[in-house]
Amino acid sequence: MVTQAFAQEAVTPTEENLDNAIDATHTAPAPGATGHDDPTAGTHATTEAHGDAGHSDVFPPFDPATFPSQLLWLALSFAALYLLMSKVALPRMGSILDDRKARIDADIAAAEASQQKTDAAIAAYEAALAEAKNNARAIATAASDASKAELDGKRKAVEADLAAKVSAAEARIATTKTAAMTHVDEIAAETAQTVVTQLVGDIPGDSVRAAVAKASKE
Amino acid sequence: MAGTDPIHQFVIQDIFPIHLGGDGAADHGMNFSFTNSSLFMVLTVAAITTFVVAASAKKSLVPSRFQLAGELLYEFVANMLRSSAGKEGMKFFPFVFSLFTFVLFANLFGMIPYFFTVTSHIIVTIALAVLVMAVVIGYGFFRHGFKFLKLFVPAGVPAYVLPIVVPIEIISFLSRPISLSVRLFGNILAGHITLKVFAGFVVSLGTLGALGWLGALLPLLMTVALTALEFLVAAVQAYVFAVLTSMYLNDAVHPSH
Repeated sequence: MVTQAFAQEAVTPTEENLDNAIDATHTAPAPGATGHDDPTAGTHATTEAHGDAGHSDVFPPFDPATFPSQLLWLALSFAALYLLMSKVALPRMGSILDDRKARIDADIAAAEASQQKTDAAIAAYEAALAEAKNNARAIATAASDASKAELDGKRKAVEADLAAKVSAAEARIATTKTAAMTHVDEIAAETAQTVVTQLVGDIPGDSVRAAVAKASKE
Repeated sequence: MAGTDPIHQFVIQDIFPIHLGGDGAADHGMNFSFTNSSLFMVLTVAAITTFVVAASAKKSLVPSRFQLAGELLYEFVANMLRSSAGKEGMKFFPFVFSLFTFVLFANLFGMIPYFFTVTSHIIVTIALAVLVMAVVIGYGFFRHGFKFLKLFVPAGVPAYVLPIVVPIEIISFLSRPISLSVRLFGNILAGHITLKVFAGFVVSLGTLGALGWLGALLPLLMTVALTALEFLVAAVQAYVFAVLTSMYLNDAVHPSH
């Protein structure tokens, strides 16, 4: 390991002077092992190179000579970035998002209001429909009740009329019957008198009547 | 230069040299130069600002895909912070959003070849972590006064355990900036080195002729797989950084836990 490092440091000057020949010089001593040794070789070479280029002989990220410059420009650029973001860029972006949120919220509110209106309209319609149905039912009931009552009245009148006629007719029949029944004895007496007269000559009407009455009683 | 050198990608080079103090020479005084790192910090800020501002340009009620991408980023960070720190924590939303996008864009910029990775330098991640802790401590004392110290005294713990628990709580609190910064720095640094090393194998083996080309196939596949992994790491580390920041801010907002 030590000898290798030595060898590579010896190579270094060549590397700086002849950029194009680097790889040739590098690979010449041990072609198989080049791959693994390269990083170390590089590190050594850089250290040397920096010394020549006027930088201090340290790994660049740890070179304190560059710190003031980096800190100054970092402070300037980060301060500029912070100001640009906080004063210009982010408020713009934020306003876009806020506007969109406000718009969406307003639209949702409007949609909800419309929905409520629709619900109210549906409820009103249903109430009106129910009322109309009730009215219709009431009217129908009233009409049927009225017609039924009228019908009942007429029927009762007709029935009463018929009953009166029937009783009158029955009364007439009864009178006729009684009249007829009263005449039956007379007819029978007259008929019997006539028959007897024809058979036996004149007989007193009173005896005939008594005989008929006697016969009809038997 | 140095095509297969995995460390070269982290070298900071001056673009506009600014040296303060000393005698004005490059090696003396403080170096405040505008470097490649500074350039990518500025590019990161520019990219984030352009993205968010352009995404919110039309302000359309029904978003385009581009606007939706911006909105998703916004809501993602907002939900993350709200779920960790609650409604009261939302005052830190610009801060957390800036942190998350800065780290995310810097990490993703680093995935583009030849681009510098800002977050691969520990001083940057430490500065961000210290900023987070400064905000947490500053706001905690500003909002709750000395009651903020209740953070170190968990409720419902018997008094005789407190001498053990309180130091543990303090140590865990103090180690937060370190773990926060080293996690991000280490992941990005290690990922980029590994990626470069395997890519270097491809180049090295490729110069060996036909057999080398065949041998280069394996590290090439590895490089492709690692690239995908590094994209994941870039996003996940930014997310982790922002989530932990949100949770630490929650401590500042609600110190008694």
